[in-house]
Amino acid sequence: MRTPPFQALLDEHRDDVYRFLVASVGPHDADDCFQETFVAALRTYPRLRDAANLRAWLFTIAHRKAIDAHRARGRRAVPVEVLPEQAAPPPPDGEPALWAAVQGLPSKQRAAVLHRYVNDLPYADIGRIVGCSEAAARQNVRAGLATLRGAWER
Amino acid sequence: MNEFQQALRSARPERERAEAAAKAVLARAEREGLVDVAYALVDSPVGTLLIAETRKGLVRVAFDGNYPHDKVLQELAEDVSPRVLESPARLDDARRELDEYFEGRRTDFELPLDWRLTRGFGRRVLRNTARIPYGRVSTYKTVAGEAGSPRGARAAGNALGANPIAIVVPCHRVLHSGGGLGGYGGGLDRKEFLLKLEGGRWKETARARSSAA
Repeated sequence: MRTPPFQALLDEHRDDVYRFLVASVGPHDADDCFQETFVAALRTYPRLRDAANLRAWLFTIAHRKAIDAHRARGRRAVPVEVLPEQAAPPPPDGEPALWAAVQGLPSKQRAAVLHRYVNDLPYADIGRIVGCSEAAARQNVRAGLATLRGAWER
Repeated sequence: MNEFQQALRSARPERERAEAAAKAVLARAEREGLVDVAYALVDSPVGTLLIAETRKGLVRVAFDGNYPHDKVLQELAEDVSPRVLESPARLDDARRELDEYFEGRRTDFELPLDWRLTRGFGRRVLRNTARIPYGRVSTYKTVAGEAGSPRGARAAGNALGANPIAIVVPCHRVLHSGGGLGGYGGGLDRKEFLLKLEGGRWKETARARSSAA
């Protein structure tokens, strides 16, 4: 399969990748993760051998950048006084508790749930992205949903 | 659970934020030298032009028409590099020179050119064509001869028809020996428009040339 011009890739997947990252790391870190994702993609793009599933490839990178962001956040997780005038932009919709719960999931479960329900990806692709089998991807979605349901119904 | 899934699905961040993030990607890609082909879409009296450049220079000027811009970009991705990004700021010089040309204030382009999309005989024909002065014309037969193939008028016509750098490499200045317009990759209306823009005396000149030959 032929590699499309990078601009076409950016135009086609921009909104989905951004949405995934907002849901995954929160609106605050999403911009940085988005930039890291597409710059990394652009860097390796000419050497990409298989252009068959560019969407899954992009989400694989986004997934890794999201993990990096969570790790970095963990390192600077000392609670400092929140500056009220610099409050984070509002989460993607009006369910802050849900989004907090999503971001609290283990990274594989979080990515699996988001790819399933935010991006409508098939389990095979989800497995590819988070680095596990299709069955394990299914299991991660199930486990993630169970945790979220608890948070949702509480 | 339906409610929950709906909540997840409704996570639609503002488009503008994604757009702004994409702009930041472009700025950083330019800073880090990751844009191998920069392009822009430019309005002109002959329709929207797709102009593209590499680090070497202007590599493509394409009309919008039966050959869609999407296809042009796909070819650039395959023939030059897939790192193709819309980066209007990098094409400011080219856009300015084209604007001046269409306003009749510029007779020579000073843009560096990247000839990589041409080869062999075709490249020789196009390089010679680039030297035909503003407002003057030549013939397929003449440019073929200058490129080393006096009987290659038809091949020269093909090379000119495939000119990757339209307007700036003025293939519109090459006509039939009999004075007819000949062909044009962008359509004959555009060829005529460009020739008229440059002075409109092309018919006489072409005839004079062919009768002198």
